[in-house]
Order: sequence, then C-alpha cells, then structure tokens
Amino acid sequence: MALSTLRIVWLYPDLLSTYGDRGNLLVLAHRARARGIDVEPMQVRSDQRVPATADMYLIGGGEDGPQAVAAERLLDDGAVIRAAEAGKPILAICAGYQLLGESFYANGRAYAGLNILDLRSDRGPSRAVGEIAGESAPQLGIGPITGFENHGGRTHLGQAVQPLARVTAGVGNDGATEGAWAGHVVGTYMHGPALARNPKLADLLLSWAVGVDPASLPPVDDTWPERLRRERFEALSAAQ
Amino acid sequence: MSANLTPRAKFATALLRTAAALSRATGRGDGSVIGGRVGLIVEPRLLELLADGRHVVLISGTNGKTTTTRFTTAALEAIGKVATNSFGANMPTGHTTALAKAPKAEYAALECDEHYLGQLLDAASPKVVALLNLSRDQLDRAMEVTALAAKWRQTLQASAGQSTIVANADDPLIVWAASVCQRVVWVSAGQSWTADSAICPNCGSHLDRFGEFWRCTNCGLNRPSPQWSVAHQGEAVVGPDGRRYELNLQLPGRVNRANAATALAIASLFGVDPAQAAPKLSEVASVAGRYARVERDGRQLRLLLAKNPAGWLESFDMIEQGPPVVLSLNAREVDGFDTSWIYDVDFTSLAGRKVVVTGDRRTDLAVRLEVDGVDFVVVDDIRAAIAAVPPGRVEVVANYTAFQDVRAEFNRVN
Repeated sequence: MALSTLRIVWLYPDLLSTYGDRGNLLVLAHRARARGIDVEPMQVRSDQRVPATADMYLIGGGEDGPQAVAAERLLDDGAVIRAAEAGKPILAICAGYQLLGESFYANGRAYAGLNILDLRSDRGPSRAVGEIAGESAPQLGIGPITGFENHGGRTHLGQAVQPLARVTAGVGNDGATEGAWAGHVVGTYMHGPALARNPKLADLLLSWAVGVDPASLPPVDDTWPERLRRERFEALSAAQ
Repeated sequence: MSANLTPRAKFATALLRTAAALSRATGRGDGSVIGGRVGLIVEPRLLELLADGRHVVLISGTNGKTTTTRFTTAALEAIGKVATNSFGANMPTGHTTALAKAPKAEYAALECDEHYLGQLLDAASPKVVALLNLSRDQLDRAMEVTALAAKWRQTLQASAGQSTIVANADDPLIVWAASVCQRVVWVSAGQSWTADSAICPNCGSHLDRFGEFWRCTNCGLNRPSPQWSVAHQGEAVVGPDGRRYELNLQLPGRVNRANAATALAIASLFGVDPAQAAPKLSEVASVAGRYARVERDGRQLRLLLAKNPAGWLESFDMIEQGPPVVLSLNAREVDGFDTSWIYDVDFTSLAGRKVVVTGDRRTDLAVRLEVDGVDFVVVDDIRAAIAAVPPGRVEVVANYTAFQDVRAEFNRVN
C-alpha cells in the first residue's frame, strides 16, 4: 500500500449530520489504522471549498432545508463531481444520497442534484422509519446489509446504476431495492453510521481509496460488529 | 381552584383519583397517566378547569426539565403549596393528575413535553414559561429539532401573550423561538451540544461563536445579554443586579447549576426572594432516581439518566474521575428504536478507566466503544455489572428504560 496518509473528507457536517453521521468517518479511520494506514479526517463546512485532492468523500443525511442548500453549494463548488469522474470513492447517506441524483424533492418542490448517480428521488406515500435489511449485489462482496432508515423520499434508479441491495426488510428506494452504486460511488438510505453495521462495505470503500483488492486488506477482529449484525438480523426475523 | 369546579369536573376529578389509586395499588405504576386519561374523558376541559385561578409555570426543553421543575417546586414552596408532576408524566394526562391531586395548591410547576407546549399554553394560561434547550432526541419518532423550534416560535406568538418567558440565551434555537415574545428574562444556561445550531435558525447562515457568545453575521440574530447566569468562580448564581446567590447543591455538574439559575429566575418572577429560595435547592438530593446513590455488595453506585447525545456528554462531565463506569443502553419505544445517536457522543474521555457495558443494546455500545479505542467488558445486566467492578464508587449512566431497569433493581429508588 503506497499511500502514506488517507485523506477522508466529511462534507458539510454543519448541514448534513442528523443521525450520528460522524460514525462513518470514525469507522473508516478505525479500520484503516488497524491496517497501518494513517488517516487524515477533514471536516469541510458548507462555507469552505471542497478539497479536490482527497482520497474519499462522505456525505451525510439531513433535513429538507439543509439538503437543498448543500446541493446548491456542491453544484457551485464542483469538486465532488470532478472527484466522482476521477474514480474517487464517495459514500452518500439518505439526503446526501438523494442529492447525488439528477433531481430530488425538498421543501415541497424539485431541486437539481449533482447528477453523479443516474437516479431521481421524489416523495413517497409515507415516511419509512425502522430497521432495513437486504441482500447486496454479489459483485460487491459485502454480504447482507443492515441499517436503520428514516426518510420520506422514494428513489427511482436509471440504467447507469445498480441497486446496492434487494430489500428483505424495510423500504429503501421503493420497497424492492435499496441504495445504488456505480463505479466507486455508493448511496444508501441506511442512515447515520451505516458502516458500523456493514464493516465489509467500509473495507470496500477503503480498498477503492487505496487502490487494492479488498481481499488483500489484512483482516480486522470483527467479533463485535459481527455479533451486532447477527443480533439485528435475528431481531428482524423474530419480528416477521 | 377546586372550589370553583363544576359538578361534572368534580366527578371527573374523583374518578381520576380512583383510577390513579387503583393503578398504584395493582402495581401498574404511579397512576398519573391512567388517572388523567379517565378524568379527561369525563370532562375534556378538566385540565383547564383545574388550572384556573392558580399561578402556573411550564418548564420545557430537551434536557433538564425534570430537575428544573423539581428545583422550581422547592423554591416556590417557600411561599405556598405547589402542585407538580414530579413523576415525570409530562403530557396533559399527567398535568391533569398533578393538579387534581393538589386541589389546595395555589402554585403549579409543570414539566411539559416539548410537543405539548402549545396545548398547555392554551389550557393552563401560565404566568411563566421556561424554555431550557433544544437538541436532537429520539430521532425515529420525534420531529427534527429545527422544525420543533419553528413550531414553538409559532405557538409562543399565538398563545403566550400573557406569559413571561424565561429562556436560555446560550441556545440559538431557544432564542429564535422566544424572541417573538414581549417579556423575556434571559438566563445563561449553557449549551453542551452545539451541533444542532451551527446554522442560524432564522436565515440559514453560519453562526459565529466565541465562547458562549454567538451571532449570525447575515440576519443579526445574536445572544441576548442574560440577566441570570452561573458564576464563573465557585458555586453560585448571579442575578440581574449582579448579586451572588451561593449554591450548595447535592446534584452534580455545571448543568445542574444552570438548572438552578433557571429555577431562581422563575421563582423571583413569582415574588420569591432568590436568597430565600437558593438554600431550598440544596435540599434536593435526587430526582425520580436521577443522581440517587445506592449501595450493593460494597459498591456505591450513583445513577445518572442520559437520554440523548447532549445528556450523555453532560453526564460524562459530571462523573468523578477514577471510579468504574457502567453504561446501559436500551432502544425500546420510549427510548426511540434508533441507536445511531451514540455516534454523536464522544466516548474517548472514558479511555483508561474501567468501562462495563449492559442493556438491551449493549452490542451497539460495544461496537461504538471499540471504534473510539475505549476498552470495555460486556455483561448481561446491572447485577452482573456490579459483580464486574471492584468494591467502591461506581458511576452508572443509562438511557430512559435502561435507567428504569436499574431503578427497579434498587426497589425503584427515588
């Protein structure tokens, strides 16, 4: 691994950080350091320029107003769009996921998104709140996904993206699929600290950032995350 | 007061007391909720009728409601009888019960759930409304916090014309909500959690912060000068004329000194001399089990309730350096089913001490602590947690139902 320091940008925590979104940055840093990779976490506020040269970008979830402001500022800034084109990994959560698409709904109207992912979002018939689980796309090699969702939007995927998972519990995009990915960009409705419950997704993002095969990352002791995953899947099957 | 009640309201009140007593006798709880429900079915205006003619203060906010209500009750008792919902039943059913149980009380100190503030303003016509703070809490079922502040602002504008507001000058969301009111007494009650108010609630621009000072560079919303504050040196509250009121609280932490400042500000609006009220606050040793000290097998446990990120950070500020810490987390309905917020809490200050983890969602805590590099042991329940630490002092921090589980183990200690 040639990289001396992995620079991970957490975008706009002042606008998009409603449900423990910091957790994804913490989990990535923890798992990178366990492999001897130094991490330089960079929190970038919405009134600051987005660094063009980072190795990974994280975008969290938030309310309608901040989501619309964040999309506008990210469009003006342009650095995230160029980072996606350059193949930099991006993880986007909930409101952050929606704003990577062509358009999204907030404050009762449609807004233009960054158009990084081929998808668009609108309002659903009801708010989706609760545990979410799904069978992830096999080529990602991250196993079943588990998280918590809390959103009013529904997302319609275009031809140029793949669903992150097929929903087995919860709603996700539309009750059938959850999240989306294309290249090194991943979006999901699993809100807040999604990577805490999905350590293999964290490792996939790290491997993309470092430029290695995920299988070549040295293993980490995942006793506790694996136990947590088991508990959440069991709680869902007990409820069904 | 009850002398003026209609026959129907008197009948409703009698039924309420019977239902509450039955609920207590059958071990279903303190009966506040069921009693109030029964009374309000018989007479839907019962709360309004029972509040009529009394001097009421409503106390609301995300954290510190129960303690501030207790402090306020202690302070007001210097001048008369006080009705209060001391069991933490803070919705209209609980308020109705509290008033029905104390027909002779001239004063009422009512803790109010944030979402019922409007209803209580209309029903109780309070003399004073105290607004403590707003931060993220129970995100899977509650309103997002800026939306709640906007609802308060609207409600206060519509219904609080006759009330004096006691509000926290350090919390931008509170200041924005309260600034529509004519009469506001500002208290510097601190803000331990600033992440929900990085942005101006009025216009969406960034707030500039310098210590406790904050202002919006765009629209001009800023921190009002507080009339009441916590002294920087020693344990005291400083009043509007600069006079110091010494505190000798049994309850720990800066946050409780701030709750005391709010209680003294309220009491002085009711005509109580703060110098007379301050010593009353030091008689409060615990509040519905919070801060209670219990002993088992040579371990002296102090019980701290913390329901949300702000509350956990405040409790880490209160705990003594050195003794082991037991953390207990549940995610039952009243806690909120979502545990994501534990990633908003920085646990690194616990590194290097003995940490024991329990509760329904102990595995979530284990993963969280591992990420922060804090060593821990995981145990099944509070009994096992006590066995896992050496004799001596122990600090216990638990969220709502986890806290009730710990209290149940100690005979529902108050």
